[in-house]
Amino acid sequence: MSFDAAALRRQFPILRQAQPGGRALHYLDNAATTQLPDAVLDAVQRHETTARANVRRGLYPLAEAADDAFEGARATVARHLGAAGPEEIVFTSGATAAINLLAHGLAVAPGDEIVLSQAEHHSNLVPWQMLAQRTGVRLRFLPVTPEGRLAADDLAGVIGERCRLIAVTHASNVTGAVSDVAAIVAAARAAGAPVMLDGAQAVQHGLPDVAALGVDFYVFSGHKVFAPNGIGVLWGRFDRLDRLRPFHGGGGMIRRVEEGGFTAGDAPWRFEAGTPPIAQAVGLAAALDWLAGLDLAAVRRHEAALTRRLLAGLAGMPGLRLVGPADDHYRLPVVSFAAEGVHPHDLCHLLGEQAICLRGGHHCAQPLLTALGHDAVSRASLSMMNDDADVDALLAALPKILRALR
Amino acid sequence: MSETLYNTEIKRLAALPAPRLSDPDAAATLDNPLCGDRVTVEVRLKDGRIQAVGYAVRGCLLCQAAAATLAARAVGMDAMEAVALAAGLRAMLKEDAPPPAEPLTVFTPAARHRSRHDCVLLPFQALAETLRQEK
Repeated sequence: MSFDAAALRRQFPILRQAQPGGRALHYLDNAATTQLPDAVLDAVQRHETTARANVRRGLYPLAEAADDAFEGARATVARHLGAAGPEEIVFTSGATAAINLLAHGLAVAPGDEIVLSQAEHHSNLVPWQMLAQRTGVRLRFLPVTPEGRLAADDLAGVIGERCRLIAVTHASNVTGAVSDVAAIVAAARAAGAPVMLDGAQAVQHGLPDVAALGVDFYVFSGHKVFAPNGIGVLWGRFDRLDRLRPFHGGGGMIRRVEEGGFTAGDAPWRFEAGTPPIAQAVGLAAALDWLAGLDLAAVRRHEAALTRRLLAGLAGMPGLRLVGPADDHYRLPVVSFAAEGVHPHDLCHLLGEQAICLRGGHHCAQPLLTALGHDAVSRASLSMMNDDADVDALLAALPKILRALR
Repeated sequence: MSETLYNTEIKRLAALPAPRLSDPDAAATLDNPLCGDRVTVEVRLKDGRIQAVGYAVRGCLLCQAAAATLAARAVGMDAMEAVALAAGLRAMLKEDAPPPAEPLTVFTPAARHRSRHDCVLLPFQALAETLRQEK
């Protein structure tokens, strides 16, 4: 297989929509949300028009079709992640919900420790801070290098005897820095602690093989992997998953309920109280099928070439400070930068008026920005659907806007 | 280029040096949770009226310009008038109401950009918080 960027772009309806002023859309905010290809939109519409019913409830054929679709989606996700089986896949509303589920499900005692890093998105920080408030768990932080990479050399210093989980990002949403998972897993194994990876950013750039990674939990969101909003995944090794306490209570997660109490059902369903996001799960499965059908090595080469083009163009601009690893081997196509004397909000607002979509601010990673010496940065996050014209549009617009704002 | 939003007057206001008060009667710091912008507003009061305003802004150009406008406009106001000014600005941005004071007309182009409303409002909210604390 080869990679045809133009053919791939034709699969995204949003790129066919006219923008105000007749401009082309240059969508460079893929780290926040990816766009939906026809294959995913079609799968969701097909489900909603042929198999829409509740799951685990009905006895009629339509309900059975919904069950088949939902559990089929679980099996598809399991297969693409290299999971041992569909019972290791918990559907959630997103990565944030998955991490909250884990934070409520773990059995911990006062004085136990959870190891995070300075690079975490607030979604992999605040749930643990709330756990610490509830239980007296202590949080420890792996520092980052000046480039924003996790300082793997410091692992031994933060993983103590009371460590109950190491929960870190697979790749940063600000710097794009990819974590040294092998080093983290090795240090965790030496301490007997499980590892959770936040794959929210990594998944859209290559499906993870959770078995090969050697981790115990992996979370991600559908909306960052060309799938609908409102769907996410908590994958866990079944023996680990099965030890978690349920988080949300309600229908669908029980074996029996009496006035005096309830008996929880089996994993993974005991973590999915209420009506789950069924069509969204179908869409997620379609997205992963669609991704798996691409030449992902060629996709990575395409993304890397775009990243190098962008980094080279930005490097020549006066007063611009790039954030993240200099070596693109260690980064996703996520490029953040600070422009001297210009606030990212003003910059991104004016770029937006030219249909060039970047994110500016703290990117829900305030401790990381503090560690890197910034209050806010602008971020261009590329995906496989971008092309040279997207990068060139940004590089052409930036100097003019910076001049106007300075 | 958004000539109307990022106009010459906004840029002039944003470039004004931020005055600080060495001995304020009250001060408050507010964050914009969306972007992490932070505004500190300080006031000196006499007989229930604002005698002087100081501020510090870690934020965008609109936020800086709003703080500068606030510092000039709020002097002489009492707490109710200051809160009413903030409410009027909020209504101007969100409900298409007329500007509550002529100097705030410069921010009317921000009304059609929902994501920028808080940038303009943050200094005014910080002033209201400052006056609440003083009570």
